[in-house]
Amino acid sequence: MSQLPARPGRIRRAPEGFLSPRDIREVAAGRRDFLRNAFVAASTAVAGSSLALAAEGDPAILDLPEHSKTLGRPVAERPYGTPSQYEAGLRRRESPGLTRVAQSSVSFAPLQGMFGIITPSGLHFERHHQGWHDIDPARHRLMVNGLVKEARVYTMDDLMRMPSVSRIHFIECGANTGMEWGNVAVPTVQYSHGMLSCSEFTGVPLSVLLDDCGIDLKRAKFVFAEGADGSSMTRTISLDRALDDVLVAWGQNGEMLRPENGYPLRLVVPGVQGVSWVKWLRRIEVGDQPWATKDEAVHYIDLLPDGTHRQYTSLQECKSVITTPSGGQTLLDRGFHNISGLAWSGRGRVKRVDVSTDGGRNWRTARLETPVLTKALTRFNIDWVWDGSPAILQSRAIDETGFVQPSYAQLRAVRGTRSIYHNNAIQSWKLAETGDVSNVQVF
Amino acid sequence: MSRFSELLLSAVLLCGSPGAAEAAGHFPNLGRAATPDEVKAWDIDVRPDFKGLPPGSGTVAHGADVWEAKCASCHGTFGESNEVFTPLVGGTTKEDIETGRVGAYIRGDAPQRTTLMKVATVSTLWDYINRAMPWNAPKSLTHDEVYAVLAYILNLGDIVPADFTLSDKNIADVQKRLPNRNGMTTKHGLWDIKGKPDTKNVACMKNCTSHVTLASSLPEYARDAHGDLAEQNRKVGAVRGQHTGGDGDAVATVNPGVALMKSQGCSGCHGIGNGIVGPAFRDVAKRYKNDKDAESRLVGHVKNGSGGNWGDIAMPAQTQVSDADVTALIRWILSGSPEN
Ligand code: HEC
Ligand code: HEC
Repeated sequence: MSQLPARPGRIRRAPEGFLSPRDIREVAAGRRDFLRNAFVAASTAVAGSSLALAAEGDPAILDLPEHSKTLGRPVAERPYGTPSQYEAGLRRRESPGLTRVAQSSVSFAPLQGMFGIITPSGLHFERHHQGWHDIDPARHRLMVNGLVKEARVYTMDDLMRMPSVSRIHFIECGANTGMEWGNVAVPTVQYSHGMLSCSEFTGVPLSVLLDDCGIDLKRAKFVFAEGADGSSMTRTISLDRALDDVLVAWGQNGEMLRPENGYPLRLVVPGVQGVSWVKWLRRIEVGDQPWATKDEAVHYIDLLPDGTHRQYTSLQECKSVITTPSGGQTLLDRGFHNISGLAWSGRGRVKRVDVSTDGGRNWRTARLETPVLTKALTRFNIDWVWDGSPAILQSRAIDETGFVQPSYAQLRAVRGTRSIYHNNAIQSWKLAETGDVSNVQVF
Repeated sequence: MSRFSELLLSAVLLCGSPGAAEAAGHFPNLGRAATPDEVKAWDIDVRPDFKGLPPGSGTVAHGADVWEAKCASCHGTFGESNEVFTPLVGGTTKEDIETGRVGAYIRGDAPQRTTLMKVATVSTLWDYINRAMPWNAPKSLTHDEVYAVLAYILNLGDIVPADFTLSDKNIADVQKRLPNRNGMTTKHGLWDIKGKPDTKNVACMKNCTSHVTLASSLPEYARDAHGDLAEQNRKVGAVRGQHTGGDGDAVATVNPGVALMKSQGCSGCHGIGNGIVGPAFRDVAKRYKNDKDAESRLVGHVKNGSGGNWGDIAMPAQTQVSDADVTALIRWILSGSPEN
């Protein structure tokens, strides 16, 4: 575990693999003596071997590790592969006290440790209203009825024989960052922004199914999606969206959907909040009026300063967040850092992301990593050399419609502070001289 | 759509006769017409104009009985409980019923938002209770029970009198008394696909503000309330997680019993320290502290279901749980349900 002090700042105390608060103070104070001590200790540890006596350098190089000198494990020992034991910290987690019962609750995706834009299926955030089920696909049915020529029923076999498409889209819960409307409430990006995931979904366009049932386009204005779980989650989707890019999906990242994400069938409504992506989808109805179901009439409504609620708020507007470094993390050292984060927009592609390290006084434009896809997460990166002084890191995304992600002040000026949903304000992370990063809001 | 016309065309060609191209069922041998009974079985939604509402009725008095038997354990006798979910009832006034606007929002003095303070369409409640409540046994109420229990909730909010009978005939009149019926708007840019945004930032790049004010930062208790952040970050790479929360990783040290009670569905009805539908697990341990046969008896109760020991509500047989898991759960419960 010990590492070569090729540059002293790169060494860390073995075996914990992190800096103690004392070490961090030492780094911040520019003192590197303790690092040299660690090197001495590491060299003493291998002093028994003749090689170490003769050679000078990093024991991780000089002292060949076991895995270089022994036979490894066989194929298919783990028929369904799992992450390395060293990655165990990155998992979805609940925010203590947020909800009362675990079947109507949320687990957040660990954005602080993720790369690129795809969320591993096992880390996809969860939000259930009445628990999840692992449904036998052979018994699952999709019904389409309402303003159609013929109400029809499809088995999974039927659906999976249809002409399918695969598309990468983000899904964000309307309540993502909802705990932060009034003030800072949670320590890390996992809890502040982790009701966000992005997958490649495979399925058949809803428009194909609607056509197959002979949708009455003269009268149809809305479709209604309903789940097969106990809550029979229901949401109204406007017809223009339903015919645009909505998918009836069974595939997620090359395999079937995970049960927590709606196995065997879910709706994918690109750009729209997660609650509309009805899981365990059993029925689509075509109608001429919205349905005002519980999760669009009583929840997922936005309370405005004048006391009215906005109903059917659906779109997830352009938003971004820096994931590295982010709240609850500590920078190892001064010097070079790659600031990295995610940007997305329910209106289309991300056009540009700017990053500020001085709390929004000055901004620099970040690199967008490919692919940059419509209604998908987009990864941005920007070079930065930290000189050890306090900083406030922010990112600001702009989408292809020209919409610029708002500041907290701008968002609150229109929507107040009493809402729960659709908080897409610019996130600020404060970096202290110690290297500690924490969640703040600035004006 | 053009892809679709190609498919349509090939379907026509496959069928051999242009007359076979109906407006529905374009993929040969994929899908079939739904039977009327099938549509009836699943098409349970009720719209604000009451399309889909089945005929029926129920009194407030009958609703009170249904409520006490099937709802009160989670929502409280008066719909006031905060234990399992936000309260259903409270925060509305006579004046609100008149104006259709909940005054507490306008004044900004609502401590919390109850269901009756929010709901603008009575169909929403009928539809939701019918499809999803009771939470642990959804779709088990008869239509008349739904009318009755809804009448009871509405009476708790003084929207209907105590001698009221709610039915498909008069529900439209009740709609006219909902306290927040005029409190919703759909005039915003987040619904329509071409909706206009309501915020307008500009992408200033240089000297955008003269000074930066720290408006809010993370309170110490909140920093420590999410376990050890060091354990929630990768231990290699550009950063490390900070040590917080004092005693290690909140998640990693969770007792397997806690995980099991969640994964096996017990937590829907039992809390460790609080009762929900069933008793708190710690109360179970207390009651059987000196009872040597408790383990085998309770294993039987969980597997086969049981009732009458704690109240009027019975526990259904937990047939989904393996014998080994039931035994592990009972041992854990009887040992006082340690959380880590
Ligand atoms: C086992 C606990 C439990 C029981 C029993 C129960 N509920 Fe619920 N109820 C819940 C939970 C949890 C929710 C929130 C579900 C969600 O998050 O979508 C809820 C939501 C509701 C809501 C919607 C409230 C809102 O603002 O969204 C209504 C109305 C309701 N219940 C009525 C009833 C009625 C009527 C009964 C009895 C027939 C009943 N409940 C029995 C737990 C319960
Ligand atoms: C649908 C709700 C429900 C679920 C799910 C449920 N219980 Fe219960 N449980 C109850 C009720 C109600 C009682 C009280 C019954 C009575 O009065 O005898 C009860 C009682 C108990 C008791 C005490 C029995 C006695 O005779 O004193 C134990 C132990 C228990 N449950 C364990 C479990 C375990 C373990 C699970 C998960 C595998 C579970 N329960 C799931 C509702 C439930």
